[in-house]
Amino acid sequence: MSSASDFLREYLTVLILGGVGAALVGLLLGASHLLRPARRQPGKSLTYESGVDPVGTGWTQSQIRYYVFALLFVMFDVEAVFIFPWATRLEAYGGFGLVEMGIFVFILLLGLVYAWRKGVLKWV
Amino acid sequence: MIASLFAAQACAPSECFAVPANIAFGICALLMIGAAIKVVTETNIVHAALYLVVVLAGVGVNYLILQAEFLAVTQFLVYIGAIIVLFLFGIMLTRAPMGRSDDLDNAKLRPAGIGAAVMLLVVLGGALLSSFGETHLVFSTANSTTALSDAVFNQYLIPFEVVSVMLLAALIGAIVLARRD
Amino acid sequence: MLLNQFLLLAAILFSIGVYGVIVRRNGVLVLMSIELILNAVNINLVAFGANSGIAGQVFALFVIAVAAAEVGVGLAIVLLIYRNRRSVDIDQLDELKG
Repeated sequence: MSSASDFLREYLTVLILGGVGAALVGLLLGASHLLRPARRQPGKSLTYESGVDPVGTGWTQSQIRYYVFALLFVMFDVEAVFIFPWATRLEAYGGFGLVEMGIFVFILLLGLVYAWRKGVLKWV
Repeated sequence: MIASLFAAQACAPSECFAVPANIAFGICALLMIGAAIKVVTETNIVHAALYLVVVLAGVGVNYLILQAEFLAVTQFLVYIGAIIVLFLFGIMLTRAPMGRSDDLDNAKLRPAGIGAAVMLLVVLGGALLSSFGETHLVFSTANSTTALSDAVFNQYLIPFEVVSVMLLAALIGAIVLARRD
Repeated sequence: MLLNQFLLLAAILFSIGVYGVIVRRNGVLVLMSIELILNAVNINLVAFGANSGIAGQVFALFVIAVAAAEVGVGLAIVLLIYRNRRSVDIDQLDELKG
């Protein structure tokens, strides 16, 4: 039980830092809200789009091409998750560990090569 | 349901909340249950995805309370950083109704859903209370990240390599499905 | 801390996820409910693993990797359904019903 509290006490710093950050943002935004003049006009609440009047709503259907990029991001995110613990023990594993991770990365790179050959990475 | 969580602690309230980790767990559990109910009842699909973020973050905090540091980071990195993005893309690509919409639920199945969920909860809760009523957690591992690494790269080496093949298969499958021919 | 507080929280999340899978009609929302179920199982694995070594965390890590692959393929299938039928209402997909 004591080890549990010791462990969590280290994370108390993270909690305090988060609280200070939130308090700072709230303080600054609150201060600016109190100090600035408020004259509401419909033109002011328009979405800023490089000075041009916005067309349509913010919710439009995006192209399916973006899905493949998001998917590639997820796959390599998972790959990175497995690389991090390996990196903490790299010296202990030696050459064999390098081969293990090499096979893992190589197999996932085949997916990237497949995506490349199928032309889904091309920005049209 | 929520009361059973606290009743299960089987100690006087003053002792229960003497441990800060228990207070953190209690707040976190209430937030998670509330957000999870919103995920399955919310009529705005984007809001449901954002409530799912609250549940996933709560699971990450639970991992921290359980001293699984690396898994907590993984939870934030993979689930909140990547899978939620994929969900939001899925919502935008299927041109979901962005405002409130009433056709997200099948009202006819609602009694069946509530019945199944309550029955499952009663059975699971009863089994857990009778089996693990007094089991306390004793944390053993000192540095969980290196221990995790040692386990993955020695004992669980074959599953680890199979994961890469599975990710490759999922990637190719999803590209084949999603590509516009 | 008791083991049971985590297990009961996981049981509640699991039940809510089951309710979502049964009641929701939108394919994306069904996948979100499945994520609730997977996370409940992960809490169970880590809570059981806290007493008995690292194996629970390793399994949870693999479950997270499988969940990422599952969401990738699942959403691709939902997108394909949307492209073919202009709707993601999974209650209408009953061609296999005899």
